[in-house]
Amino acid sequence: MVWKKHDYDDIPGTYVFDGKTAYQAYAVNKMLFSFNDESCRDEFEADPAAYCDKFGVAGAMKEAVLKKDFLGMLRLGCNIYFMAKMAIPRGVSVQDAGAAFQGISTKEFQAKLLKKRDGLEEKLAQVGGYWNG
Amino acid sequence: MARLLGGVTSSHIPAVGNAIANGLTQEHYWKRFFDGYEPAKAWLKKAAPDVIIVVYNDHGLNFFLDKVPTFALGCADWYHNADEGWGLKPVAPFQGDVQFSWHLAESLVEQEFDICTCQEMKVDHGFVNPIRALYGTLEHWPIKAIPLAVNTVQHPVPTAARCLKLGHALGKAIASYPEDLRVVIFGTGGLSHQLQGERAGLIDVDFDIECIEKIATEPEWLTRFSNSEIIARAGTEGIETIMWLVMRGALRDDAKVIHKHYHAPISNTGAGVLVLENS
Repeated sequence: MVWKKHDYDDIPGTYVFDGKTAYQAYAVNKMLFSFNDESCRDEFEADPAAYCDKFGVAGAMKEAVLKKDFLGMLRLGCNIYFMAKMAIPRGVSVQDAGAAFQGISTKEFQAKLLKKRDGLEEKLAQVGGYWNG
Repeated sequence: MARLLGGVTSSHIPAVGNAIANGLTQEHYWKRFFDGYEPAKAWLKKAAPDVIIVVYNDHGLNFFLDKVPTFALGCADWYHNADEGWGLKPVAPFQGDVQFSWHLAESLVEQEFDICTCQEMKVDHGFVNPIRALYGTLEHWPIKAIPLAVNTVQHPVPTAARCLKLGHALGKAIASYPEDLRVVIFGTGGLSHQLQGERAGLIDVDFDIECIEKIATEPEWLTRFSNSEIIARAGTEGIETIMWLVMRGALRDDAKVIHKHYHAPISNTGAGVLVLENS
C-alpha cells in the first residue's frame, strides 16, 4: 500500500491538502470544524488539552495545537480554512499566520504584499480595456 | 424560456465582507478595489436578473471532510449564512428557487454531470461576499440565489477542463427551463493567492491578468494547465480560479466584455471583476 506521489508535492513552501493529508489529520480537522459552534470554542478555551483528548488529537499534533504553532499544525495536516476557525477568534489574522509561516513580522508580510501594487495601473493600461479609476 | 443574461466574477475573501460591514469601502486601502465594482453594479441593475447562480467553494461551514462533493447544487427554498467560527453576525437569508434548482439538477445529470443535490445548505463567505460586494448588505435581497459549490478545498479537485464543461452543461440547463426567468451567473474566488506555508503571500499579477484576458476570450487556455501547474503559478488557494470557468462555460462563446477590473493586493489576493454579457 503506497500513497501516490503528486507533481504538487515538490512545490516549495506549499502543503497541498489532499486525500493523504485529509485522512491522516481527520481528527484534528474535525476538532477545528467544531469551532463553527461558539459553545465548542468556549469549551476548548476552558481546557484545550481535554478538548483535544475528546477528539482523539494526540502526540505532536496535540502539542502543536496547545502551542498554537500554526506552521507545525499545517505541516502535520491541518487544513488552512479549518485552522482559521481557531486562529481568527484569537486575534490571529490570515496575514499574521502568513507572517508566522515565513518567520517575519506581520508588518513585513503586509509590506511584501503591497509591493505587488507597484506599476499595476501602468500594466493594466498597457493590456488595455481595464477600469483604472 | 429562461435567459442567461451574463456572468460576473468576484473575489469572495472574508476581508471584503468585513470592509463592507465596517464601512471601510472608501478608505484608501479599499477604495480602488470597491470603486471598480461600480460598472458591474450598474450592469446588474440594467440586466435586472430574477435569479443568480453563485459558483463558489465552501470553506468548512456546510461541508466537513466526512463528505466532500465535487459539485453540489442547492435545491432549497432558503439558504442561511451562519457563524464560520469567527463569531460574525450572519447576513439575511437568501431565497432560492426550488423548481429551477431541480430542473438544473435533472438537466445536469442528463448531461452526465452527476452532481450532489442539497435540500439544506448553509452558505459561507464564498457565496455571501460577492453578493454583498455587488448589492450591498441588505435585509432583503432583491434577487433569488442558488448556490453551486465546487470542491476546491480537498484534492482531488475537478480540473479546469471539467469546470468549463460543467459551465457548458449549465448553460444548456438554464436555456431549457420553460419559465421566463432572467438569470445571471457569478464565478467567484481567485485570483492568485496562497494563505498557507512558507510561500504564503504569493500573488502573480501577470498570471492574474492573463487569466482575465483568456477567460474572457479563450477560456480553453486555462484548461491546458493541470491543477498542479495552476497551484504552482497561482497558489494553493488560487486554484479557486477554475470556478470562473463554470461561469464562462455557461455563456456563449462570443459573450461581450462589458467590464474588466483588477486589483492587488486585497488582503492576500489578486482580485478580478469581469462582466460578460451574452449577446
